[in-house]
Amino acid sequence: MTQQSKNEYHHRVGTRTFEFKNLAELMAKATPARSGDRLAGVAAATAEERVVAQMALSELPLKTFLEKPLVPYEADEVTRLIIDEHDTLGFKPIAHLTVGDFRDWLLSDLATPESLIQIRSGVTPEMAAAVSKIMRNQDLILVAKKCQVTTAFRNTIGLPGHLSTRLQPNHPTDDLSGIAASILDGLLYANGDAVIGINPATDNVAQACRLIKMMDEIIRHYEIPTQSCVLTHVTNTLEAIELGAPVDLVFQSIGGTEATNTSFGFNLANLAEAQAAALSLNRGSVGSNVMYFETGQGSSLSSNANHGLDQQTCEARAYAVARKFSPLLVNTVVGFIGPEYLYDGKEIIRAGLEDHFCGKLLGIPMGCDVCYTNHAAADQNDMDNLLTLLSVAGCTFIMGIPGSDDIMLNYQTTSFHDALYVRRVLGLDPAPEFALWLEKMEIFSGDHPYTLNRQVPHSFQSSLNRIEGNGR
Amino acid sequence: MTDSDDSTGNLSVDQNSWFFLRRLTDARIGLGRAGVSIPTKHLLEFQLAHAKAQDAVHKPLDTALLQKQLTDEPSITQAALSLHSRATDRAEYLQRPDYGRLLNDQSAALLDTHRNSVEDEWDLSIVIVDGLSSLAIEKNAVTFLTALYQTFSSYSQWNIAPLTIVEQGRVAIGDDIATRLKARCVLILIGERPGLSSPDSMGLYLTWNPEVGVTDAYRNCISNIRPAGLSYQEAARRCHFLLEEARRKKLSGVQLKDRTTDDSVMIDSSGDNFLIGG
Repeated sequence: MTQQSKNEYHHRVGTRTFEFKNLAELMAKATPARSGDRLAGVAAATAEERVVAQMALSELPLKTFLEKPLVPYEADEVTRLIIDEHDTLGFKPIAHLTVGDFRDWLLSDLATPESLIQIRSGVTPEMAAAVSKIMRNQDLILVAKKCQVTTAFRNTIGLPGHLSTRLQPNHPTDDLSGIAASILDGLLYANGDAVIGINPATDNVAQACRLIKMMDEIIRHYEIPTQSCVLTHVTNTLEAIELGAPVDLVFQSIGGTEATNTSFGFNLANLAEAQAAALSLNRGSVGSNVMYFETGQGSSLSSNANHGLDQQTCEARAYAVARKFSPLLVNTVVGFIGPEYLYDGKEIIRAGLEDHFCGKLLGIPMGCDVCYTNHAAADQNDMDNLLTLLSVAGCTFIMGIPGSDDIMLNYQTTSFHDALYVRRVLGLDPAPEFALWLEKMEIFSGDHPYTLNRQVPHSFQSSLNRIEGNGR
Repeated sequence: MTDSDDSTGNLSVDQNSWFFLRRLTDARIGLGRAGVSIPTKHLLEFQLAHAKAQDAVHKPLDTALLQKQLTDEPSITQAALSLHSRATDRAEYLQRPDYGRLLNDQSAALLDTHRNSVEDEWDLSIVIVDGLSSLAIEKNAVTFLTALYQTFSSYSQWNIAPLTIVEQGRVAIGDDIATRLKARCVLILIGERPGLSSPDSMGLYLTWNPEVGVTDAYRNCISNIRPAGLSYQEAARRCHFLLEEARRKKLSGVQLKDRTTDDSVMIDSSGDNFLIGG
């Protein structure tokens, strides 16, 4: 080993010793290559340095992450949440392991769905991030598939062998008829069991109330076992609840450091307040998970709040925030942020699998917005790959949008058709309550693998007749 | 938009009878299905839209042509300096937004030399930037500037610095340029991130008293300028209003509101839509 050095970590390969200043640097340099870490100046300088960092990281005891918080405890409420809520009993079965041993344990037959639930509260986001950095894509898929997370509101999300979809009927001016047209399209393509969720073009309380009311009327009129959400700021939803709006789910974009969340305009107390308000409405019929969170690698760096960490470690820390509030749904909007964070299809696919794995290991109902922007080096084929891989891994839900084209947010995500494709090739069912409704409404023909009826169901046909009669 | 025109003859595709709802939204609804998959016709329409958007991102800006158009246009007749950011190519530009915000050494020297050769005080520096769509600049920049120059009049005079055209630039590169030219205000024309149905959308950013490092909170933005979006006349009218207000109040950004339009969506008291009702 080297003589006196200020660097905390060393790893020797042949005659050469590599040094890493501290745990944050070791984690960053061990991260599979991506543009956001290069932009932040924390990525490994060479391919060799990356693998050596992974070797050094693999020898690190898991308990190191409890002793050396990557963001100071005093300065960050997310760190305090992670440390204060850490469960020693849950940690016990894995407390003696290094990061490398932990990978072996997760892949081994010792890690059954039951034992993975037992250790959940003993795993911190940093442990999950660390082990993911030394796992291949197939490892991330295999272990995630063993992690079962089930949630419920008006239906049951996340059962093994199931895949749900968020129906995303966005419209550039929030036009109610335009939104209704996309909702109809989605329902007739058997989408929308995770949530019917609108990103509003005009982001204020009055608009949120109007959209929440509209979706509530549709859900009640057709007796759809699903829930609605307007993806507006948590403080807007809280006001909407106070104004008497029929709120099912509270939405918020979250990040993995307190400073990220400050830049998003909220803190943990705001989330607790909104969760309590939504619970007080008592609108769930089969469960009481009332929160919907979105995350994505790169958000901390883009708000100058990454504390020198790599973007994947920041992302995993956001799942501690999510876990605290028992969400119905969490999804990583993996390709939305752009090529300065995830450059191409390869980086987007890797990040999507990491996020899904880390989320599931930590016990949150992880879905993925399988998506890209037009300035990323990615296309529909990359999305097909990620969609298929995530569905094999047991991903909780994906987005569903008409023809993959979000005309409000100007990006591409998975289509209603895409969801039916993975149902067919992998035999995945929608939430059971929603599946029954699809058959009752004669949207599904009842034949397997899921086959859509050729005729428009009667109750929807009368709505179509109404609008067709109105000045077509 | 009319009903799908291939409703007969192709037994492999199930058409959707609700295709006519396309008159309510630009969303790709009612596509029909081959089994459960997107029919060939709609698949290829999508691929074409994506191809246009990608080409818009990667096509280099024809600076020489733009310079010629600016000198030839009777309302403008100004020569433009050609500049380049620190991002050497598109791949670097896309991964290093910080490089796109600063001039390379050669361009910085060119501007500094130019500044030292003239005595004038400039009211306004107009900076034309490729951004994420050179197509947007190619299609819209000259026509918009013509409309803008026509709004200037004897009682609304602006002493305009030499025009500049920047390759591989981001919005904030205007701050670097205006600071070197010693202009009191900077107006940036930039190609916006292409959408699937809008590969040619141009945006405007206005900053009073620009300096390197100012945040977007100090800018005013007018977006979606293109033939199928905000018209050149309307964009020029709003831009002129903001320029005059910025000069009068000596500020820009969140404290300077665009009061030429009311952008808030009307909130209906009734929430009627065709899915319920009756």
